[in-house]
Amino acid sequence: MQLAIWTYEGPPHIGAMRVATAMQGLHYVLHAPQGDTYADLLFTMIERRGARPPVTYTTFQARDLGGDTAELFKSAARDAFRRFQPQAMIVGASCTAELIQDDPGGLARALDLPIPVIPLELPSYQKKENWGAAETFYRLVRGLCAPPAPRPAGRAPSCNILGPTALGFRHRDDLREITGLLERMGIAVNVTAPLGATPADLTRLGEADFNVVLYPETAAPAAAWLARAHAQPATKTIPIGLNATREFIAEVAALAGIDPAPVLAAESSRSAWYSRSVDSNYLTGKRVFVFGDATHALAAARVATEELGFTLVGLGSYAREQARELRDAAKAHGIEATISEDYLAVEAAIQAAQPELILGTQMERHTAKRLGIPCAVISAPVHVQDYPARYSPQMGFEGANVLFDTWVHPLMMGLEEHLLGMFREDFEFQAEAAPSHLGATAAATPTLPATLTWTAEAERELGKIPFFVRGKARRNTERYATERSIGTITLEALYDAKAHFSR
Amino acid sequence: MSAAALARAPAPGCTDAPVLRERGQREVFCGLTGIIWLHRKIQDAFFLVVGSRTCAHLMQSAAGVMIFAEPRFATAIMEERDLAGMTDANEELDRVVAQLLARRPDIRLLFLVGSCPSEVIKLDLSRAAQRLNATHAPGVRVLNYSGSGIETTFTQGEDACLAALVPEMRADPAPGLLVVGALAEVVEDQMRRQFEALDIGPVAFLPPRRAADLPGIGRGTRFLLAQPFLAETARLLEDRGARRLAAPFPLGAEGTTAWLRAAAEAWGVPAARFREVTAAGEQRARTAIARHRALLAGRRISFFPDSQLEIPLARFLARELDMRPVEIGTPYLHRAHLAEELALLPAGAMLSEGRDVDCQLDRCRAARPDLVVCGLGLANPLEAEGFTTKWSIELVFTPIQGYDQAGDLAGLFARPLDRRTRLMV
Repeated sequence: MQLAIWTYEGPPHIGAMRVATAMQGLHYVLHAPQGDTYADLLFTMIERRGARPPVTYTTFQARDLGGDTAELFKSAARDAFRRFQPQAMIVGASCTAELIQDDPGGLARALDLPIPVIPLELPSYQKKENWGAAETFYRLVRGLCAPPAPRPAGRAPSCNILGPTALGFRHRDDLREITGLLERMGIAVNVTAPLGATPADLTRLGEADFNVVLYPETAAPAAAWLARAHAQPATKTIPIGLNATREFIAEVAALAGIDPAPVLAAESSRSAWYSRSVDSNYLTGKRVFVFGDATHALAAARVATEELGFTLVGLGSYAREQARELRDAAKAHGIEATISEDYLAVEAAIQAAQPELILGTQMERHTAKRLGIPCAVISAPVHVQDYPARYSPQMGFEGANVLFDTWVHPLMMGLEEHLLGMFREDFEFQAEAAPSHLGATAAATPTLPATLTWTAEAERELGKIPFFVRGKARRNTERYATERSIGTITLEALYDAKAHFSR
Repeated sequence: MSAAALARAPAPGCTDAPVLRERGQREVFCGLTGIIWLHRKIQDAFFLVVGSRTCAHLMQSAAGVMIFAEPRFATAIMEERDLAGMTDANEELDRVVAQLLARRPDIRLLFLVGSCPSEVIKLDLSRAAQRLNATHAPGVRVLNYSGSGIETTFTQGEDACLAALVPEMRADPAPGLLVVGALAEVVEDQMRRQFEALDIGPVAFLPPRRAADLPGIGRGTRFLLAQPFLAETARLLEDRGARRLAAPFPLGAEGTTAWLRAAAEAWGVPAARFREVTAAGEQRARTAIARHRALLAGRRISFFPDSQLEIPLARFLARELDMRPVEIGTPYLHRAHLAEELALLPAGAMLSEGRDVDCQLDRCRAARPDLVVCGLGLANPLEAEGFTTKWSIELVFTPIQGYDQAGDLAGLFARPLDRRTRLMV
């Protein structure tokens, strides 16, 4: 057993859901106990989707265990087909259903549905979310991809874009950015998958000349299979940061047999000039700790050092699969990589490294808050604020602009930093204070009108009101009392005022 | 439901109303989610879920941002080795508990919380708790209950947790009032003052704020349920000699008055005295509720099953705000505990127990209510279809009971409709 308060990844069936929800015309029948439907709200709330995920859960209960849970699964699959009419279906088990061993794959085959039904084997007690997404996508590609068709000579080079899913960190905008870049290079996008693809689209994957792998965490196994089965090479460079984007362009151009020079000459990012301008001088050598999934952590380490001039004092990931790559990258900076799924170990590494900036996940954001260190988010897991309304890719030239703004924003601005160093006794302007552009510190206690007093009991009651509305409650009550010439605010007056304003 | 019963003219109230019982896909939380509020309520308790990565993921998804405030809950994630019998699950559990207690020496009460995986493999957490008690006594008391989805729905997790506390209560035959169900502290204090003014007492609350303050129980105990989802807890309290005071639940002016009156009658408080003590609060509640009536009166409302609060809420909204319940879905309907509620509920609404989410969505689309009360997995999809929704989980996390929260409670339902009228995008 492993003691966990926070997990960087969910169980593997969440990864399968991310693939199913990303696609159209695919339905997922999941053998799972009542309660596992909590996963829906990752998509409806955190990603703010306006439709239910295409997932039917059997939601068995204890009383079903004595009976025929297999029959329950079969009727759920039958009903899902009838109601949703998908082009294809994936079936599998969650961690509890794995224990009762009903074999969803065999049961679904027995139904003899007139569509492809792809069984998923996702070992919940060994593997995790990203693995589940990658395995699901691989099984779908393998199960649906038609035999390679001959590619007619003389047409424009084309590629597939592989990897973006539902609930992916900035996948929506990365996709737009890279699709636009490929179009400007004169490369046609054959299929983008899983995000936005149908099972019918997956049958056409073999028609492209090569594959662009944006997120190895979800697409590497599928891309490796396509390389074997359809002789499609795949890109290795992840276009996060200015230099990586340029390398990506060169790599894609080589695969497509075109000249990258026109695009490289025409395109650039403001981030390069922003980083060279003199007000970025003070960023030089700022100590940064980087943690996240392997792809984003490696990319961030490179951008932080090469493109912003920071010093890397920590690098790590919760993805053990890419541990070696991370260790090599860390070694190049003379540090030891932190490979761990235990956020306390990550916190300890952060404290030991004493960075001035943390680039990490939602969890590091909170660690940073506790330690009083500026922080920006570069990788999943993330919360609702990192599925923004505005266009905010991480990849490509615009992505580099977003990275510059996002990472510099939490730092104290240069002049403020200087003045704090010079005048340490200023009563408002202390070193512990947050950067002044990030909002104020504790608000001062309001002074009471001279005619008013609070009874101790009423004051205590006021203290029970949540802090973010307490100030308003105090002000309303005092206004109410003053208007009625009540000198002493009692409990009664507090609640009379509450009823009076009542909003 | 017999044909004869269906043919009977509807009596006032819903006491004899037919209940639609459905089996199918249930879009609900499991009982583990109860930990999210219980761990804030009992300040020296820690909740250790024995489960899978799914359980840990659920807890952090549901607890949102709270997970970082060093919460008093965690998951002992079972791994392949535990299932393959390569490690002894009990030894592993002992190790994890020792690790936990070393990190959090302030813990006085430790709940081992069962989950679907631990229940399916029949990991005996009650014996584990006994064994751990021997090791960690007297500093820490170890109890267990199950919050698994296969056995519990959402708020039933609280029922299971409180039921585990009942055997721990010391025997005390002296008369006293026990209020059962986790309430916001501010609500608890308001109620305490009301009972004091009525000379009802001594009053104790279950769960207590600290493990050491667990009240006594015996033949003199009369208890009021503050929440409608406490079937098992009530049964165990009755087994120990306590008697339940039948009452509707303290939601709204009417509900709160009737709830307080049940205790007042048991304590023989004269009617005039009762009115004197409660009149001001009731009036405040009515004043605060009235502000929301214009927006809510005449509106049709449907409830998707979630917390068992649906029937008391529908009663409050129908009687005090003139809303029209279309369908009231509840995950479980406890006829005895809800008898007073059902009698007050206006006839005409359809009651449903259990669920088949797709069928219920079909009914909802056909009925087109003005407001749909539902969980977060359905709220945005329904909004995208043009429905106005009120997400139901908030009703468990917000102080809504008692006179001085009645206006806030009405406001929770008015806000989505108010927002609809403001937005011009």
